[in-house]
Amino acid sequence: MFGLRLTRKQTAPITQPSPLKGLEFASMEVPQTTATVTRKASVDRRESHPVAIELRRVSRSFGDHVILRDVSLEVRRGETLVLIGESGCGKSVTTKLLAGLLEPTLGEVFWDGRPVQGRPENEKRRDRLKLGYLFQGAALFDSMNVFENIAFGLRENTTLTELQIQQIVHERLREVGLTDQVIRKRPSDLSGGMKKRVGLARALAMSPDIVFYDEPTTGLDPIMSGVINDLIVQTQARRHVTSVVVTHDMNTVRLVADRVIMLFPLNSLAANESQIIFEGSSQDVFETDNPRVSQFVRGEVRTR
Amino acid sequence: MEPIIAVGELSTFAWTLCRWLTARLPRGRVLWPILYEVGVRSVPVVCITGLFIGMVLAVQSYDTLSQLHFQIHIGSVINGTLVKELGPVLAAVMLAGRVGSSIAAEIGTMKVSEQIDALQALGADPVAYLVVPRFLACFLMIPALTMVAEGVGIFGGWFVSTQIYGVSSHHFWSFSDRFVSAFDVITGVLKSMSFGAAIAVIACHRGFRCGSGAEGVGRAATEAFVASFIAILALDFILALLTIQLMKLLLALGVQVT
Repeated sequence: MFGLRLTRKQTAPITQPSPLKGLEFASMEVPQTTATVTRKASVDRRESHPVAIELRRVSRSFGDHVILRDVSLEVRRGETLVLIGESGCGKSVTTKLLAGLLEPTLGEVFWDGRPVQGRPENEKRRDRLKLGYLFQGAALFDSMNVFENIAFGLRENTTLTELQIQQIVHERLREVGLTDQVIRKRPSDLSGGMKKRVGLARALAMSPDIVFYDEPTTGLDPIMSGVINDLIVQTQARRHVTSVVVTHDMNTVRLVADRVIMLFPLNSLAANESQIIFEGSSQDVFETDNPRVSQFVRGEVRTR
Repeated sequence: MEPIIAVGELSTFAWTLCRWLTARLPRGRVLWPILYEVGVRSVPVVCITGLFIGMVLAVQSYDTLSQLHFQIHIGSVINGTLVKELGPVLAAVMLAGRVGSSIAAEIGTMKVSEQIDALQALGADPVAYLVVPRFLACFLMIPALTMVAEGVGIFGGWFVSTQIYGVSSHHFWSFSDRFVSAFDVITGVLKSMSFGAAIAVIACHRGFRCGSGAEGVGRAATEAFVASFIAILALDFILALLTIQLMKLLLALGVQVT
């Protein structure tokens, strides 16, 4: 069912400058002296779509360790945004900020044009249900079996009957290419690929508008990576969701991305350089002459 | 400065817990397994330790009392010590060791494996889902565990006193009855509830504050036990002072408490 039938995603031709938030860096107070920031215009029909989530000049630290500094980006409805960058550059933190799982140290996060900070917890929790999240290690609940994992959100947040929940769980399992045989298994009995698929089924259980994939193919063999990439493409096509994918895997970028943003680790940047060093289409990322981006794309060792 | 910050964080955490306790009680299918884990599965260890503590207490007390020719009073010493102090403290220490460490390790593992983030992403509040049921389980099950520890400890003390040292069963129980009152039993049980609450709050807090990796989880479990143990002893001291003051006050008001 999930053979390697992957085809490259179509991107529209570049016709006009991107109105994306990242372009505003140059006109904002942030010093922007670097020439390394590549802002290739990535335009497709989704540009006219409303902004679903926005980070506005967001910084995030853990103790004294600054991970993100003054990052602004937008996610538009219906697009698949892929965040790339080397380990430790803040991709997962960015995704968690977008999903409201982390609070920014500075700056603001907007969902549907409204700031997230300051919203009552109940409202935030309700709005978060519109977001599905596939975690890096799937983050399945160890104490629950597959069925209970997928049913968790439905049981906690809806008044559906057990019969209705069962139907949804079976439907989601089929959607990710798993049979009912796994339904009573514990996460410890599943392979890495199966865990990711159950994690995706769980993320999709509440029919979210936006799905986050945190390194969906990391630790998987090439065939299973292909299966997961295929699932991302299929989920996008079937559900018309907005997707945010964090990955190192350039094959994933090639196959699923509408738009690509590359983050760079702060410790390798000058004080006034933007952490977003590339923003463009999936085609652009493979053709850019930005040496930092092309080194990453080609998997070359970076000289510091 | 760090201890002050730690106390502040713990207080904030406890306040969040209180808010959730009054906002929504956990569902039965979440609470029952935790009640079983905390209560029923702690019974064997509490029984074994209670039994040996009672027997050791008898051995040590008899040795001293016999030198003073007070050995027939051994029941009051064993039962009074168990009901007022050792029963609640023993049950609490067992709970801190068996359950507190396990809670900190479980929540810590959930944190490092992003399961707590997953809870949030699925619309559940981690404090409401993880902390409230564990708090209720510790708070509600520790009185029962304390009674079990006391009961088994008293049996152990009685067995050694009467079957090994030859103290008459009549003297054992009559002196116990004279020196151990319902007030002692009630204050012992109430004291145990405060220990249970402290263990749950400390263990859950350490779990949420767990560092990364296996080392972080291990450290959280150890810290949970050590901090709980210190809290149990500190609370025991404070509550012992308060209990004596309360008893004096009640006696002054003419209430029969002994």
